[in-house]
Amino acid sequence: MFDNFVIPDFLPAAPEIFLATMAMFILVVDLFVKDSRRTIVFVLTQLTLIACAAIQLYTSTGEITYTFSNMFVDDMMADLLKMFVYLTMIMVMFYSRAYLFERPNMNKGEFYVLALFATLGMLVMISANNFVTIYVGLELLSLSLYAMVAMNRDSLASTEAAMKYFVLGALASGMLLYGMSMIYGATGTLEITEIAESLYRGETNKTVLIFGLVFLVSGLAFKLGVVPFHMWIPDVYHGAPTPVTLLIGSAPKLAAFAIVMRLLVSGLITLSQDWQGMLIILSVLSMAIGNLAAIAQTNLKRMLAYSAISHMGFMLLGIVTGVVSGDARYALNAYSSAMFYVIAYVLMTMGAFGVILLMSRAGFEADQLDDYKGLNKRSPWFAFIMLMIMFSMAGVPFFIGFFAKFSVLQAVVAAGYLWLAIVAVLFSLIGAFYYLRVVKLMYFDAPEDETPISTGMDMRILISANGLAVAILGIFPQVIMSLCAYALLRSL
Amino acid sequence: MDFSTVVFFFLSAILIFAALRVITARNPVYAALHLMLAFFTTGGIWAMLQAEFLAIALIVVYVGAVMVLFLFVVMMLDINMDRIREGFWNYLPLGALLGLLMVLEMGLVLGSKYFQVPIAEAVVPAGVSNTKEIGALLVTDYVFPFELSAIILLVGMIAAVVLTFRGVKKSKISNPNQQVFVKAKDRMRVLQMPVEKD
Repeated sequence: MFDNFVIPDFLPAAPEIFLATMAMFILVVDLFVKDSRRTIVFVLTQLTLIACAAIQLYTSTGEITYTFSNMFVDDMMADLLKMFVYLTMIMVMFYSRAYLFERPNMNKGEFYVLALFATLGMLVMISANNFVTIYVGLELLSLSLYAMVAMNRDSLASTEAAMKYFVLGALASGMLLYGMSMIYGATGTLEITEIAESLYRGETNKTVLIFGLVFLVSGLAFKLGVVPFHMWIPDVYHGAPTPVTLLIGSAPKLAAFAIVMRLLVSGLITLSQDWQGMLIILSVLSMAIGNLAAIAQTNLKRMLAYSAISHMGFMLLGIVTGVVSGDARYALNAYSSAMFYVIAYVLMTMGAFGVILLMSRAGFEADQLDDYKGLNKRSPWFAFIMLMIMFSMAGVPFFIGFFAKFSVLQAVVAAGYLWLAIVAVLFSLIGAFYYLRVVKLMYFDAPEDETPISTGMDMRILISANGLAVAILGIFPQVIMSLCAYALLRSL
Repeated sequence: MDFSTVVFFFLSAILIFAALRVITARNPVYAALHLMLAFFTTGGIWAMLQAEFLAIALIVVYVGAVMVLFLFVVMMLDINMDRIREGFWNYLPLGALLGLLMVLEMGLVLGSKYFQVPIAEAVVPAGVSNTKEIGALLVTDYVFPFELSAIILLVGMIAAVVLTFRGVKKSKISNPNQQVFVKAKDRMRVLQMPVEKD
């Protein structure tokens, strides 16, 4: 029975194995750590993430490597995205530290352990080459996040958000799974590379495939949070404790991008005409509803949630323009612009939620727009960082957000969808209104609250670095852009 | 019509009836019991398809463990069915329309010739054990998702504990040590009050 079985090569999955082991180790260590000495758990978590990044860097070969019976793939795209996931998670943990330590009911060891397991889920999704692996990674990520949203269990808003997230997330997983099983029915395999080959040979039943594809795209749209599957985003962003919102809004977007690439681009590229049509509708709707609804918000977290919807819609534009009527000339350009967009968005959203965390203190959340009135008078430097991030999100030239939008639009125009580019620009202009309103509140209104902002040195340094990265990478966008293009060139 | 077809239709009829009762029963306990019946009959149909491992797993895991827990929960909660049913008739037309659309679409796809596997191909050769094959695959080709599923269960456990555990409860048993060493001043307060005249 086991005659032709060879022990798989563990090296490509070394960071995942290390992370899983360390997460369980920290879970046990936490049992013996007093509540007042939670810093030990925090330090261990950060060291684990740093070590994972080191292992990733050390074991990366740049070649496409399959292991675990082709369930797991390690290529340059995975390596690059994983490095950004580690970086993001390290930043998220640093930003969350002060917030958590001021609220002892939230600052449990499980917070750190669940964050590590969520990271593991993202890594598995990024490296998946099989429907089963994608699904298992997605569930690992989602389950950890559901629990983290509900962790502030005495807050009604958090509990409601967790419930909504859980029910809608389960529904989305069900749809994704149903779509996968249909595609399995049509192709007879769960492996993404084999599906691509089977479709290329063209011996599959088209009706069953399209039927499965509809469910697959709906499930993915749920996870990305694009209209009309966006209902959970505002409530979850608003209701979840801010560190968890920061986590949900940042690193998982990288993983979601990766599974879209693996499922639609690597697996179902032969059906690109069909899914591109669906994604264009989702993308235009997201940009419209995301940007228009954000104007009406008075809560900054909720506003950023609608902004996330519109940004994900914009990112999809890069994915739909890869193949134009069977011509894949611009594919590399389009997909790398989408990848650049996701990375830039994660950087910006981290900075924005970082400022919210920085402004909040014990018993005060700083999530209303009015809390930012006159921030310039209270702390000119933090106001300036927030200004840079808001300008970047709005797409004002010479910040990273501008180049992200610019490269996606370039791909859209190159693919010949001029109307789509015009629509995208129009909605970005509408979106600029609510980003600039935050700037106006900070610089031209009188502060309502004169409490000085007190933060640790690490937080000050990191938020400054984050803000400056948004500005400096805007002057040198080629750094990340060429990394994305190179990684995709070696992977596709 | 041979015997297995008769058994199939018999089980299917019970399954459909039980599934309908799950959503129409007024008493939630009856609904849960009908759900168990639905699992039993599904297990029977799977056993007829020679997927004996799945059939047994369904009955052992769902009927044996999950549903019993579920029954406990349902019995302990005071569920007001009339409040849950509020607005049922308002939502019915839209829900029925969407449901009908889905059934039609699925019927169109699943009923197509593509999924009609000839009986000859669907038979498992003699001497092959379903359970053994699944076991072997789980620890060879599928070991990566298998291990990850174990981690998912761990995360589920951590989540359940962190969301419900509220610290060790102080017991109400008296401590003899403290009782022996108690002093009068711990229990009694001597107040100095001015004497009231007349």
